[in-house]
Amino acid sequence: MIHRYKNNGYNIIIDVNSGSVHVVDEAAYDAIGMYENTSKKDIENTLAEKYGLTSEDSAELFEDIEALKEKGVLFSEDDYKDIAPALKGRHTVIKAMCLLVAQDCNMACKYCFASEGEYNQGSRCLMSYETGKRAIDFLVENSGTRKNLEVDFFGGEPLMNWDVVKRLVKYARSIEKEKDKNFRFTITTNGLLLNDEIRDFINKEMYNVVLSVDGRPEVNDRLRVTQNGKGTYDLIMPKFKDMADSRGQKDYYLRGTYTHYNTDFSNDILHLADLGFKQLSIEPVVAPKEADYALTEEDLPILLEQYEILAKEMLKRNDFTFYHYMIDLTGGPCIYKRISGCGVGTEYMAVTPEGDLYPCHQFVGDDEYKLGNVFEGITNKEKQQDFLDCNIYAHKECDECFARLYCSGGCVANAYHYTGDVKGVYEYGCKLHRKRIECAIMMKAVENDRR
Amino acid sequence: MSRITTISTRDLAKSKLNGGCGECQTSCQSASKTSCSIANQQCEKLK
Repeated sequence: MIHRYKNNGYNIIIDVNSGSVHVVDEAAYDAIGMYENTSKKDIENTLAEKYGLTSEDSAELFEDIEALKEKGVLFSEDDYKDIAPALKGRHTVIKAMCLLVAQDCNMACKYCFASEGEYNQGSRCLMSYETGKRAIDFLVENSGTRKNLEVDFFGGEPLMNWDVVKRLVKYARSIEKEKDKNFRFTITTNGLLLNDEIRDFINKEMYNVVLSVDGRPEVNDRLRVTQNGKGTYDLIMPKFKDMADSRGQKDYYLRGTYTHYNTDFSNDILHLADLGFKQLSIEPVVAPKEADYALTEEDLPILLEQYEILAKEMLKRNDFTFYHYMIDLTGGPCIYKRISGCGVGTEYMAVTPEGDLYPCHQFVGDDEYKLGNVFEGITNKEKQQDFLDCNIYAHKECDECFARLYCSGGCVANAYHYTGDVKGVYEYGCKLHRKRIECAIMMKAVENDRR
Repeated sequence: MSRITTISTRDLAKSKLNGGCGECQTSCQSASKTSCSIANQQCEKLK
């Protein structure tokens, strides 16, 4: 299976199963497109007519195509399906946790999928140290031989429970050596409570920090507001600048959300880049379709164009990175990772302040998906099996999609919320993701030219 | 190959033989939280 596309003047062929990428001229683009279902004579005639290729030229091109086929980097077969049953039967090893240390928030963002930290549970609370400690122990106990364990402090707003965050980091560090583990901590914050002490601790202990802001002041302040409805841009931006600079402009992300109100989101990314931030990310809003800020079908072509605009501007400026364009073609994940998905409900889980376990942060509050708790372990094994069964071959729509080994079947929570089935797909999100991958690979082609 | 330039990529078929250690970062622990982008996760063995 191949995927052919044109972007920014480049003709690109992705050989889906081998992960190979070829940049080709117009004649090769047509020839490869026709190769599997057209006779060589007909291809030769087309190339002669359209591009003036001689028979010798076409023969040389066919030889090159055959050589690539022989090497397994063009028209390669899907040779990975036999891995899938093994994934289904795998033992549950947990290696990553999203700790909702504060099911409460000091902001009132109008689009919050966590409903200001309450996760539609109607109550606000903080995780106790004892529960957090038990969650760390649970992670260690269930991590098998995995050495690298990831803990993300999330909310709500995790800085509202800062003392517990600090104590949990210290506790985890205290058992690292004995348990032969390496904890990688991350934190996702709205920034309101950041101060020098918190900044220094984060810089010492956290592998990555995610700072939430949506971009231009008017865009941010429309939806990211304080509890009394005031915009937050002026409150957080000096703190974010200080935090990013203090980390040497690396190992962090400024992470925004775009909505129906800023479909020209490339301007938000560029605004943040103009302020000197180097690590940027923006995601489409997760919203019920009746919400006024929800993305619409009419928005889609605008959004797709925005990704192209952003890619071209980045190539011109070359002074910041965008999360979705940091595709790693040579050092990226192995085929097991690409097939098995994000790890939701298997190697990744969310923990509520009470210690309840959910497949991920986006399932929190949905009783049907409560898998157990950190005190008793996984009790709803039947539900967990849905996630063990979830790999790219479980989403039938992925069979024909070139992007499947780049997104690993997409966000399962989005699929569930959109289709009611964890094995469904969120097609709107797929369209955006396919465009992001196309742009990211085009940027690699440009980089390759510039070398 | 005058008409085709192949960009260097990881050999996914080969990774079937030596991959699967599971030590790499979970995608949602980076910056997404609402989408799944795995192709930018670095392989721990190739770091």
